[in-house]
Amino acid sequence: MIDGVIALYIFMLAAFTGYEVISRVPVILHTPLMSGSNFVHGIVLVGAIVALAAADDTLMRVIGFLGVVLAAGNAVGGYVVTERMLKMFKSSGKK
Amino acid sequence: MPAVSTVNWTQLSYLVAAVLFIMGLKRMSSPVTAVSGVRWAGVGMLLATLATLAFMGASQLNLVLVIAAIAVGGIVAWVSGKRVAMTDMPQMIALYNGMGGGAAAAIAALQLYRGGEPNLVHVSVATIGGFIGSVSFSGSLIAFAKLQGLITRSVRFGGQKVLNATVLVAAAVFGVMTVMGMQTGLPVVSLFFAAALVLGIAMTLPIGGADMPVVISLYNALTGLAVGFEGFVLDNAAMIIAGTVVGAAGTLLTQLMAKAMNRSLGNVLFANFGETAVAGSGAQTGSQKPIEASDAGVMMAYAQKIIIVPGYGLAVAQAQHKVWELTQLLIDRGVNVRFAIQPVAGRMPGHMNVLLAEAGVPYDLISDLDEINAEFETADVALIIGANDVVNPDARTNKASPIYGMPILNADKARNVIVIKRGQGQGFSGIDNALFVLDQTRMLYGDAQAAVSQLIQAVKAAG
Repeated sequence: MIDGVIALYIFMLAAFTGYEVISRVPVILHTPLMSGSNFVHGIVLVGAIVALAAADDTLMRVIGFLGVVLAAGNAVGGYVVTERMLKMFKSSGKK
Repeated sequence: MPAVSTVNWTQLSYLVAAVLFIMGLKRMSSPVTAVSGVRWAGVGMLLATLATLAFMGASQLNLVLVIAAIAVGGIVAWVSGKRVAMTDMPQMIALYNGMGGGAAAAIAALQLYRGGEPNLVHVSVATIGGFIGSVSFSGSLIAFAKLQGLITRSVRFGGQKVLNATVLVAAAVFGVMTVMGMQTGLPVVSLFFAAALVLGIAMTLPIGGADMPVVISLYNALTGLAVGFEGFVLDNAAMIIAGTVVGAAGTLLTQLMAKAMNRSLGNVLFANFGETAVAGSGAQTGSQKPIEASDAGVMMAYAQKIIIVPGYGLAVAQAQHKVWELTQLLIDRGVNVRFAIQPVAGRMPGHMNVLLAEAGVPYDLISDLDEINAEFETADVALIIGANDVVNPDARTNKASPIYGMPILNADKARNVIVIKRGQGQGFSGIDNALFVLDQTRMLYGDAQAAVSQLIQAVKAAG
């Protein structure tokens, strides 16, 4: 169980981390980066899995199923397009 | 001393995943390490997912449902992600992002439907996360539909803001009722989610296509936040960390984009500028002077330094590969060729870089506004392809212009300017461009791909 105050600490530190990590990214990578951060929140998949695993009537299973489908789409789609974009960036040194 | 069996492998995998996410995002901040960055994050995601599946202890039916749902969502996203054209990338990102928001909302819905949460803080956080996730879900779907061309008009009517405010208040009321009386159950919770979904749609519909990148970025940040909130509800540290990191990073990215477009976030969301065609203020003096491709080619062949300014028109015409061919020809002749990109060129900041990278243009030839603006004065030719507002000197000088104050590329400082343009009309935003009528500017009319092909022939003919 994550205690409320501990959770606030995690929120705060993670927020600073996110801000700092991104602030040094050059403009040329902004689109892949937005896509990459989009992939990272695909971690919602583990939450959706846990939620569906605990479902105990039909309505919950329907909602949970939808949640997992959407989350898997977020994670897989986010990864595929980010990797595709980043793989194309080449410098003139190593053509 | 704890026994090994008490080690919580799922939690441990989440910790490793969180570290990999942060390091991965950091590696994405340089083009040299960027690919490894997304792969590191991918490993983290895989690890966390497998650990969750292995240790969750679900009933057989639920386990089958979980696997089936992952297969359905994963395969559809894999195929669509592999197929999507680079020009359509912004709406695809919007779509995947919306799915994440929807998933967060679904988690919240399950928590709230189940009810019986004893903890007021948990119920409140679940509700707020569900609200944000729902708005992000339906809003992102509208953003996708707009960029994909499924919705071509921006729906606006009198009293729209009143309606939006009403829906917001309704969502808030149902939300509070949900938090306060868990036993009210299904109807109220359903109304709450319906109101949140409608709000996302109503908020996004009036926003013009030009502002969509800022909106997508905002929804990306919101989804991150929703995931972080639901992570707290589920006691899932990986979700809290990853969601909050994305929430913070996305907020920063949204601010950077809005700044590059000379718009405040409030302005984007509530002022409907996106495609409100502002009549060109102040009559244009001078006229556009055409040039033949052969003459333009000779001019470029004997230049020392050329700066190419690509805009979205280049991508629409699919002329990136031709432009790179032309560039290689010129480089072989000893011409110093550079690319200058305004941050919002394309549909999204950095989108143009992706499109040029796809054509094979090395990233070290590409400079952004701050790096290259001083160099236009020493350039013999500035070649503008399918760009308009981002090179309009009115943004610097004409206070009456709607784009006054927007950071632009100083192409007007180059000795010669060649503009490749479809016709004599105005650009995307419907604003007259003072650059086009300057003395040193020549217009090369035609489709970007055809025009660049002609330039290639002309440069080759120059011997």
